[in-house]
Amino acid sequence: MIEGAIWRKWVFFYVPLALFVFVLLFPFYWMFITTFRPDGELYQPWNSPRYQPFWTNNPTWEHIKYLLEETLFSKWMWNTMLISGVSTIVSLFCGVLAGYALSRLNFPFAGTLGTGIFVTYLVPQTLLFIPLAEIIRNFNMGDTPWALMLTYPTFLIPFCTWLMMGYFKAIPKELEECARIDGASRWQAMVYIIIPVAIPGILSAGIFAFTLSWNEFIYALVFLSSPEQKTVPVGVTSELIRGDVFFWGSLMAGALLGSIPVAFVYSFFVEHYVAGLTGSVKG
Amino acid sequence: MAQVTIRQINKFYDDVHAVKDVNLQINDKEFVVFVGPSGCGKTTTLRMVAGLESISSGEILVDDVVVNELPPMDRDIAMVFQNYALYPHMSVFDNMAFGLKMRKFAREEIDKRVREAADILDIGELLKRKPRQLSGGQRQRVALGRAIVRHPKVFLFDEPLSNLDAKLRVQMRVELKKLHDRLGTTAIYVTHDQVEAMTLGDRVVVMKDGWVQQVGEPMDLYNKPANRFVAGFIGSPAMNFAGVTFVARDGGVWADNEAMKIKVPERLVERVRPHVGETATLGIRPEDMRIAGSADPVEYGFACDVEVVERLGSETLLDVRVGKDSLVASVDPMTPAKIRDKLRLALDPDRLHFFDGKTEAAI
Ligand SMILES: Nc1ncnc2c1ncn2[C@@H]1O[C@H](COP(=O)(O)OP(=O)(O)OP(=O)(O)O)[C@@H](O)[C@H]1O
Ligand SMILES: [Mg+2]
Repeated sequence: MIEGAIWRKWVFFYVPLALFVFVLLFPFYWMFITTFRPDGELYQPWNSPRYQPFWTNNPTWEHIKYLLEETLFSKWMWNTMLISGVSTIVSLFCGVLAGYALSRLNFPFAGTLGTGIFVTYLVPQTLLFIPLAEIIRNFNMGDTPWALMLTYPTFLIPFCTWLMMGYFKAIPKELEECARIDGASRWQAMVYIIIPVAIPGILSAGIFAFTLSWNEFIYALVFLSSPEQKTVPVGVTSELIRGDVFFWGSLMAGALLGSIPVAFVYSFFVEHYVAGLTGSVKG
Repeated sequence: MAQVTIRQINKFYDDVHAVKDVNLQINDKEFVVFVGPSGCGKTTTLRMVAGLESISSGEILVDDVVVNELPPMDRDIAMVFQNYALYPHMSVFDNMAFGLKMRKFAREEIDKRVREAADILDIGELLKRKPRQLSGGQRQRVALGRAIVRHPKVFLFDEPLSNLDAKLRVQMRVELKKLHDRLGTTAIYVTHDQVEAMTLGDRVVVMKDGWVQQVGEPMDLYNKPANRFVAGFIGSPAMNFAGVTFVARDGGVWADNEAMKIKVPERLVERVRPHVGETATLGIRPEDMRIAGSADPVEYGFACDVEVVERLGSETLLDVRVGKDSLVASVDPMTPAKIRDKLRLALDPDRLHFFDGKTEAAI
């Protein structure tokens, strides 16, 4: 019986888990190794002494140095951070209010409207960027961070609204009713009771929104053109791939450094984040 | 000082008519219990009093002021919810203080009132905890505390005890009764448990399908149920019913069916006479039957077969079959009766009830 259980645990739990972890983490490992491999090992491994495919014996800072000194990487980081931060905050603000309204105020067509908002999130960006480019041009915002700070919310707000709607629905309505009997206005009940209770949901929505805008590519590629305006994903790929020459070391260094803020945001909020996903509201 | 008047209120949810023409006068310091089966409109009525639900027609008055259009915060009521609805992110103290803070009470006053309520409810040591660190009974107390700190005009309770286990429920029921006695605040209490209704209520309102069936003091409902539904709902074990036909015979009126011939007692004859020839329902509570002795009159008894004997200690319940009806009788706990016995049961003629076959109203 017990032996059977252990055997089962390995086959159905540990082995799949290990595979899963491997598949997910290997690209990061490869990115990490490539960042520190000298060019010789990258382009002519057969000539390199003591070459190891999954390890390097001659780690070098050269790529990171190149990235920071010879490219506008730090500027791109700052741009990305600013754009992601602003669009996340704007989208969260709108998403929380809209989600609250759609889930709690019983106005006609609230349900339909909620679904409608979600559907707009499903419209592919590859379709939207053409009309959006036209709008950006008309408002003379091309090649400025505004172009992205205003267009990212077009997909982030529906996303946040939808997520928050679900979260607010899961909060027992008695909490709010009780607050209103206790003497709070609708607005106070929302600010003092509902929003604090929804913090895990708001954090999840925020993290998702931040990650989505951090990694966004198409709009950033289309709306920004000068190198000093670019975001990390666009900057790294456009400046470190010249023609058919790939600067693998610096590319990977850019990817590595670029993923640090996201990793940081995740780990910082991970406790709330998980709580948010499992939607644990205790009454 | 607060009285609540409910005048001809109705509630429609689209095409669901949830509350129908409810009228009720609740006096100052009174504890009124709404009881009825699931979906009968108790909660809806309570929520209309609270201001959480709009009133489709009719009026609700608190102290002679129409409150129909007042938002919940301006009605000066407090409500305890079935799931307690404690604010999960606030400590017990803050939960209880919230209503006072919203009403801009001074710090010292808030402090004083919360501690006072905590003393009454014996939750003084819990003030710093979060709701999730409390047991069900403690949460219940905090929810009560949150209601009493405000010294509201009216307390509203929506099945506050139904999430507790049986033992705790009995204990909290007693405490609620004491609390009401001590504070004397007008209270409206909703439950589907008739025992809670009988024990807590100064008056009980029995509802069914949105209609008020009867309003009265607990013993009035027990002794003089207005209709068959109330008769069956109040009392445990429930009242027995048997279908009968009224027949005039031997200078009296009899309630007959193939297995039972019961004489209608003198006090009811005049009221029954117009119904002679019609079908009706005879109702008798288990506790109003006993095993017949030789002195018991034949016209208030019947022969039956014992199907089950339930010995509960303080009483013994006999499930018996009479013709096609099966009845429960609560008899002397020491009775030697056993399963498959044939015996005669005697009824207490003063405690017989008859209900109209069609309208089900008491005759
Ligand atoms: N928001 C609503 N929309 C539509 N119908 C509703 C709504 N709330 C209640 N009802 C209906 O109104 C009727 C009365 O409901 P109510 O909640 O008052 O019942 P209740 O007596 O409290 O029952 P329970 O003992 O199950 O709590 C039910 O038929 C219910 O389906
Ligand atoms: Mg209810």
